[in-house]
Amino acid sequence: MVVIKMTASDVARKVIENKELFILDVRNKDAFHDWKIEGHSFDYLNIPYFDLLDGVDEILPKLPTDKDILVVCAKEGSSLMVAEMVSEAGRDVFYLEGGMKSWSSYLEPIKVGHLTGGGELYQFVRLGKGCLSYMVISEGEAAIIDAVRFTDVFTNFAKEKHVEIKHVFDTHLHADHISGGRHIAEATGATYYLPSKDAEEVVFNYTPLEDGLTVEIGASQLEVGALYSPGHTIGSTSFIVDSRYLLTGDILFIDSIGRPDLAGLADDWVGDLRETLYHRYRELAEDLIVLPAHFMMIDELNEDGTVAKRLGDLFADNHGLNIEREEEFRHTVTDHLPQQPNAYEQIRQVNMGKILPENDEQTEMEIGPNRCAVR
Amino acid sequence: MQVNQVLDVKGLACPMPIVRTKKAMNALESGQVLEVQTTDKGALADLTAWSAAAGHTLLEHKDEANILTFYIKKA
Repeated sequence: MVVIKMTASDVARKVIENKELFILDVRNKDAFHDWKIEGHSFDYLNIPYFDLLDGVDEILPKLPTDKDILVVCAKEGSSLMVAEMVSEAGRDVFYLEGGMKSWSSYLEPIKVGHLTGGGELYQFVRLGKGCLSYMVISEGEAAIIDAVRFTDVFTNFAKEKHVEIKHVFDTHLHADHISGGRHIAEATGATYYLPSKDAEEVVFNYTPLEDGLTVEIGASQLEVGALYSPGHTIGSTSFIVDSRYLLTGDILFIDSIGRPDLAGLADDWVGDLRETLYHRYRELAEDLIVLPAHFMMIDELNEDGTVAKRLGDLFADNHGLNIEREEEFRHTVTDHLPQQPNAYEQIRQVNMGKILPENDEQTEMEIGPNRCAVR
Repeated sequence: MQVNQVLDVKGLACPMPIVRTKKAMNALESGQVLEVQTTDKGALADLTAWSAAAGHTLLEHKDEANILTFYIKKA
């Protein structure tokens, strides 16, 4: 029987189209429990490859015959070995090209909607890590918000769309993933903006992102406006695009809210987070569509694969926006917080420009889920 | 610590470090110690879990100049 390669892009389509898949994950048990490929209709079996060196006979009865079987490991090598063994035992089987490493890096661009004057808004969904980046396009120009480090994806997309990247923003200094923002700006001549309150230690030049700053994209002057919204970090800034979309960064997610502790100042910032979520955002139009910088669970994806929801619906449904007592809110966002993202202190250093690790090292740092939220 | 055999799997990617380690361990006698040198960072978690599952004792490991060295005593 045959061994067939499946790419991260193929797996992403299966997630978005709600297809079935049986994942035989051959990484060690800790790695699997920490982080795996999530799908609405995926089933899993986790057996480390080193328990299968003598043969796969014992797992054959556990492999379904009515759905595709995908063998997954960290980088690819072990999944290929196990897939070959399963295939020799008479079963068709797929392996994931590049393993979890490539799953963590894969970005799926999805159109969120039309903007005034023929403009378009795209969300780049990084399914493996739960990161969301954005590109606003209008009449030959583009702005990018919260780009992840795979800068080619954005510059190639801009080329395909025949647009020039003019503005690159980071809503805050990220702690869970490495930003591609300033590298895109360097490569394209665009302006790179970062909130100055998050940038006190950065070692490169940037344009300060201040409350009320507005840039216009294209001839019809499509507006991208900044709204200071601290709490996840002290500089965290949201964007309102075309008076229709609210890009919340890591302050507000679909089913959770941002955690204030990743820069080590939870007690100081919890009041800012409360003020942003319970006052600043409350003054905004409820019909704004919230577009966050992360999702935590696959359930937060819409049917078309986007992560987006009306602000008014979040006020009604998001638990983090419905904690009446301030004391209880403080408890929720500062006590019993989940584990921090992998290598988050190093990642902050990279995003400040203080260290410049090799590409492989950056991949290692970014392994695992983003863990930027608290529920 | 007396090392009975040294296995150099530097430069080999997963799963080869464990495949070779298992083979080398098969040739050793109970109580003997195998030294494994690898550059595969994933080997730390995997060799630790594999040794525990197989009943071998991971006596020591060190990380010097990007080379991971393990000392495993056969069950």
